[in-house]
Amino acid sequence: MEQEDRHWERIPKINHELLAPLLVTHWTYFLLIGVLACLVAAGAGAWTYQVQTGIGQTNLHPPIFWAVYIASFIFWVGASHSGTFISGVLRLTKAEWRRPVTRIAELMTFISLIIATLFVFYHLGRVWRWYYLIPYPNQREMWPNFRSPLMWDATAVFTYATASTIYLYLPLIPDFALLRERIGGWRKPLYRVLSLGWTGTQNQWQILETAMRIITPLIVMVMISVHSIVGWDFGVSLVPAWHSTIFAPYFVVGAVHSGMGLVAIGLYVLRKIYRLDDYITPEHFDKLAKLMLVTTLSLAYLYFAELLTIWYANIPDHMWVVDALLTGPFAVPFWFMATCIYILPLATLTNPAFRQWPLGVMIIGVLINIGMYIERVLILVPPLSYPRLPFNWGSYFPSWVEMTIIVGSLALAVLLYALAVKIVPVISIWEEKE
Amino acid sequence: MSEEKKTHKWEMVIDLDRCTGCEACVVACHAENNVRISGEDEAAQGRAINWIRIERYWEGEYPDVRTRFMPVLCQHCDDAPCEPVCPVYASYHTPEGLNAQVYNRCIGVRYCGNNCPYTARQFNWFDPHWDEPLAEQLNPDVTVRQNGIMEKCTFCVQRIRQGKERAEKEGRPVRDGDITPACVQTCPTSALVFGDRRDPDSRVSKLARQDRAFHLLESVGTHPAVTYLKRLT
Repeated sequence: MEQEDRHWERIPKINHELLAPLLVTHWTYFLLIGVLACLVAAGAGAWTYQVQTGIGQTNLHPPIFWAVYIASFIFWVGASHSGTFISGVLRLTKAEWRRPVTRIAELMTFISLIIATLFVFYHLGRVWRWYYLIPYPNQREMWPNFRSPLMWDATAVFTYATASTIYLYLPLIPDFALLRERIGGWRKPLYRVLSLGWTGTQNQWQILETAMRIITPLIVMVMISVHSIVGWDFGVSLVPAWHSTIFAPYFVVGAVHSGMGLVAIGLYVLRKIYRLDDYITPEHFDKLAKLMLVTTLSLAYLYFAELLTIWYANIPDHMWVVDALLTGPFAVPFWFMATCIYILPLATLTNPAFRQWPLGVMIIGVLINIGMYIERVLILVPPLSYPRLPFNWGSYFPSWVEMTIIVGSLALAVLLYALAVKIVPVISIWEEKE
Repeated sequence: MSEEKKTHKWEMVIDLDRCTGCEACVVACHAENNVRISGEDEAAQGRAINWIRIERYWEGEYPDVRTRFMPVLCQHCDDAPCEPVCPVYASYHTPEGLNAQVYNRCIGVRYCGNNCPYTARQFNWFDPHWDEPLAEQLNPDVTVRQNGIMEKCTFCVQRIRQGKERAEKEGRPVRDGDITPACVQTCPTSALVFGDRRDPDSRVSKLARQDRAFHLLESVGTHPAVTYLKRLT
């Protein structure tokens, strides 16, 4: 213990500055919490209303059976790729600049997955029978159907949620131990439990490092499989313009693309509020912007490959969808989306001076996320609007219940994040010290 | 009994040359199967539930316009795209080739609705409602479907059961024409024919062997149990 104390004395600055977010609370924080709580309450009210009266409170109708709830599910699962990619891939490749960014991104993963799971429940027609999806022993000897991509999905998301929770938690243990010693009050017993009796012996460090070495490659594989499986929800179906082999890689890259954008937003906001300028430097934004550039180009390439093959083959069922996107009723959102996720990132992030500008990178992150959300809606609605028998063509715009639930869920995500920064140090203290 | 089960394969033939687009089949189906009555608002939202519908297509430019009618119902595909995607086995293939929907099992994920190339599947967005006195004529043999579940044409499975039970009681095999779904029974021009495709002498088998026969969206590879006869006139 004593030895550790002396260890801290050498770096009191890090401790002081990185613990500050947990100890100092500005009045605007309570204001933010209040506003978010109101939005969450509105969303909860809308969902209650939908469950009581019927899923008809959405604007869904045949042939459009899936729309913004599933788009939001994809979006949030995608958002969860921020943490895994940043910390997993960068840990594997030993990119040392990741250190101050890791925790911020991993917390996003954890919270995004909670929100994504909620959207599955909003979507169900009979949510009170949701447990039919669980393989539990029952009198009728009925099991879920593991041939269904939705079961693959449930399994994958559950695995991912478990793994990313462990992945978030493991490197938190030394920090929890530090907090146990440093912070009193209501959080002390919590930290005592969470730190699992960590005292910082050589043996414990070795075990932790081994655990991280094992789980890091595993979680990267889980990450790739999860969004592939979400992509296969569409890819394996018969729906024109869904039935495509490109969906799995396309979804994975798209998820990382929006995840990077989210990390840029999170980095900027936390840096601003908690004055972490010494830890999160323009260099971090530069590195992040380069990664965003890579995902922009990869995604644009995959998108082009998909559209080209459909357009060249000119199969009518598929072309109805592509025409609707490029020049038809969905052209405005489509080109807006393309501007947000391809054109603007390419125009700005290729400029080295721009990449050093945190606010600019953050704005591109916001645009990418708006664009990627629209992109997910465009994956769902246009193909479903043009079924093979033209008699059944339809159109769709979300109802107020759907929009309230979506806004409420976004507010819940931010709320959870705001609460989490009061329990978890947003920058991994021990990794920063190393 | 199980031997006999294997010997049936229920199929339908729809002669487009005979269909006048009168929609009597739609009304009969509503009455027989307790299909909810949708109001004007619901219909405008595209939520009117019909287990069978008459698709109407226009051919040519005004004034040389021709109307084409095509009754479309669940095609009871042999390789039904709606079945494997259901996470809870609510969409299920019976040994007699029917594509059944188990209402109590359905939790309303609606993947089946997306994956059906014929848009045959209909969803209950709210609890059903019948204006008086229509509520007095509900068919006691058919479940009333509640809010949040998928439903669709069953080939009048209750009539198939009754027909088989009657035949069993009388100690004889099911004869061609014993079983008629409501739409088939009511069609004034006999455009719809129903029967056992395993019986080579049944009307449905004879008609399905005609040169005019085709399947809807055959290229999708769903192997539908509904055969259409091409319109020649």
